Amino acid sequence: MSVFGEVPQAPPVAVFKLTADFREDSHPQKVNLGVGAYRTDDCQPWVLPVVKKVERLIVEDGSLNHEYLPILGLPEFRAAASKVALGDDSAAIQEGRVGAVQCLGGTGALRIGADFLRRWYNGSNNTATPVYVSAPTWENHNGVFGDAGFKDIRPYHYWDAAKRGLDLTGLLDDLEKAPEHSIFVLHACAHNPTGTDPTQEEWKTIAEIMKRRKLFAFFDSAYQGFASGDLDKDAWAIRFFVSEGFELFIAQSFSKNFGLYNERVGNLTVVAKDGDNLTRTLSQMEKIVRTTWSNPPSQGARIVSRTLTSPELFAEWKGNVKTMADRVLLMRSQLRSKLEALGTPGTWDHITQQIGMFSFTGLNPKQVEYLITEKHVYLMASGRINMCGLTTKNIDYIAQSIHEAVTKVQ
Amino acid sequence: MALLKSNKVIFCLGNISPSLGVLSTRNSSWWGGVQMGPPDPILGVTEAFRRDTNPKKMNLGVGAYRDDQGKPFVLSCVRKAEALIAAKQLDKEYLPIGGLGDFTKACAQLALGADSEVLKSSRSITVQTISGTGSLRIGGNFLARFHAGPHDVYLPKPSWGNHTPIFRDAGMQLKAYRYYEPSTCGFDFKGALEDISKIPEKSVILLHACAHNPTGVDPRPEQWKEISQVVKERNLLPFFDMAYQGFASGDIDRDAWAVRHFIEQGHNIVLSQSFAKNMGLYGERVGGFTVVCSDAEEAKRVESQIKILIRPIYSNPPVNGARIASTILNTPELRSVWLQEVDSMAKRIISMREQLVAGLKKQGSSHNWQHVTDQIGMFCFTGLKPEQVERLIKEFSVYMTKDGRISMAGVTSGNVGYLAEAIHAVTK
Repeated sequence: MSVFGEVPQAPPVAVFKLTADFREDSHPQKVNLGVGAYRTDDCQPWVLPVVKKVERLIVEDGSLNHEYLPILGLPEFRAAASKVALGDDSAAIQEGRVGAVQCLGGTGALRIGADFLRRWYNGSNNTATPVYVSAPTWENHNGVFGDAGFKDIRPYHYWDAAKRGLDLTGLLDDLEKAPEHSIFVLHACAHNPTGTDPTQEEWKTIAEIMKRRKLFAFFDSAYQGFASGDLDKDAWAIRFFVSEGFELFIAQSFSKNFGLYNERVGNLTVVAKDGDNLTRTLSQMEKIVRTTWSNPPSQGARIVSRTLTSPELFAEWKGNVKTMADRVLLMRSQLRSKLEALGTPGTWDHITQQIGMFSFTGLNPKQVEYLITEKHVYLMASGRINMCGLTTKNIDYIAQSIHEAVTKVQ
Repeated sequence: MALLKSNKVIFCLGNISPSLGVLSTRNSSWWGGVQMGPPDPILGVTEAFRRDTNPKKMNLGVGAYRDDQGKPFVLSCVRKAEALIAAKQLDKEYLPIGGLGDFTKACAQLALGADSEVLKSSRSITVQTISGTGSLRIGGNFLARFHAGPHDVYLPKPSWGNHTPIFRDAGMQLKAYRYYEPSTCGFDFKGALEDISKIPEKSVILLHACAHNPTGVDPRPEQWKEISQVVKERNLLPFFDMAYQGFASGDIDRDAWAVRHFIEQGHNIVLSQSFAKNMGLYGERVGGFTVVCSDAEEAKRVESQIKILIRPIYSNPPVNGARIASTILNTPELRSVWLQEVDSMAKRIISMREQLVAGLKKQGSSHNWQHVTDQIGMFCFTGLKPEQVERLIKEFSVYMTKDGRISMAGVTSGNVGYLAEAIHAVTK
């Protein structure tokens, strides 16, 4: 009799199952518009030129070893990463009330932040504190906060399927009605999966309500630079909140904007009222990190830190990021014009209005199914497509396939 | 009158305003109620060491290998593997949740042996983890969610300090069984068997596979055989922590003997492995977590659930260290270089133990220091009392933790004489 005899088979994680199915498909024109990773116009992964350069420097640097990093991570990385989010001229940084924890990717940063909030946020036991995530959101947000111990995870209105845009009224209403001290997970830019971001004016309104109702802002920033091509523009919402005096967390990922997916480079930036509160907070985060992974992996942090702290490399990196963002913008614009040229029923301007890696096409599950099984175009059941999967070579096929799906399947 | 009274009140408030000021800052912050976390005891040792200006100072708290010059050691097989990897110009795409396949396979083989029946029948699952800590935590989380028996993990007394908070945060409760005998600085075999024979059925028992941390005291093979028997009789789930395979005796198969014996005896174990020490890959965070199941089908179900646990912690593991480890294990020439290098690390430690004992004899110490050479691995439980440790720190600048544990890695042929002198001075 096995102690694990009763362990049930768990369902596979949808986005990875999609890629697995794609891999098994032998159709010559198959396209993977599922998992969120950048692809070149040849549909290849892209190791950023600046990353290749820095990796060589690291391998050749005989003074480096593989000793443990501190529990909170590489100090130069943490500081440089927080600076990227908050800006070179950040008053909060100058005031000594910004700290950070190097984490394993954006996921790790969310998790450490969530674990901390559950223990320490509002009283010493926050299992019942409501956590609001956008409807829809990156599906792992639920898992992260759930496994961190939060029992009350609720959706806030976000995507308006009818108008294919932001449901601002619903969102603001949810903010007004949320119990005080609720935690809100906000996407800093390039909302995943919808690609729909609030405007600056809309962010101002959101911030005003959150301040008045004492709601906690936990930013998920996975696409800084990747959304518009401009680091500062993509960080506007975060910086606005900080300038309004909010204490907040920012879960930063360098997976996409550095293309360092598998090195797991993330940073949890903590903005507190003052240095004293910051110190105590970091000391408790250290305890949480110690029982989760002890200390973080060094390779990715070294690459990012070297790049961000060297003016030349930083400039080169910004150029690489713009290259990626520009290609995505080009694909958006081309997909929209092709669909409009085909006369595909419906409106398609949301494709160019949306921003970042993903587009919520508005395709329904049946149409998605058609695309996958009949056209070998793989996308998420929600209708989310990864714009990076489009290339000048496959865009006609994709546009044609979408056209067929919309006209043949209702 | 009312006005005067209120002025008095304001005056009093004004007198205590400094603390009120702090209070009001705390109250206006979300983190006002956050207490300062206690300082890490081992970190404290290192910090005090750093501040010390005595040229003869020694840091015996460090849990990382040092060469005979007291420097961190990057294995040449690691450098070679890194060069090979760099030449391949690989991409940076996400690893699967369970990690690099070539790594997990080699990791399991290293622990279980290439001819293992478990591997041949595919009835185990190994996932790549964030070194040993990450592995233990995933293991704890898995047990908390799925273990059909009591959610108690029995640790040897003493055990690695981080075991307790890891399992606690994972949702398990901690209990203990006797292990270290202070009067002999050796293994309390009788006490261990007595305690283990009383553990409620289906509880989890954590065993250090080799090079027990912090004592360096390992059971002998005959003792392991008896432990295995009792564990079987009590129907306990053995959770092996193997952080020093190869690093203990210098021989990877010898160090894995207990793990393999238990499996041969029919225990379906769970196992945590770390490559921090034996490959010197500390900061790259390379480890594995293995569950031995009844059959391949069960292993698949278990794997699927472990992935569900990993995804909301860090999604998928870091590639760099796993690629290095995998390259070493799977490239015959590199593997044999590695075996030599891990052997020489272990042998240097063993030699330092011998030199320390010889040094103490030379100093004229009348105490029995045999435990120093009987113990194995990075750490040595000297048997020194807190007051003696205090003197070593204050008078000789020899830094160690209060429990008398020293890291042999901090001992070199250049300072072992001084260490013997110092220990003798506080114990004569």
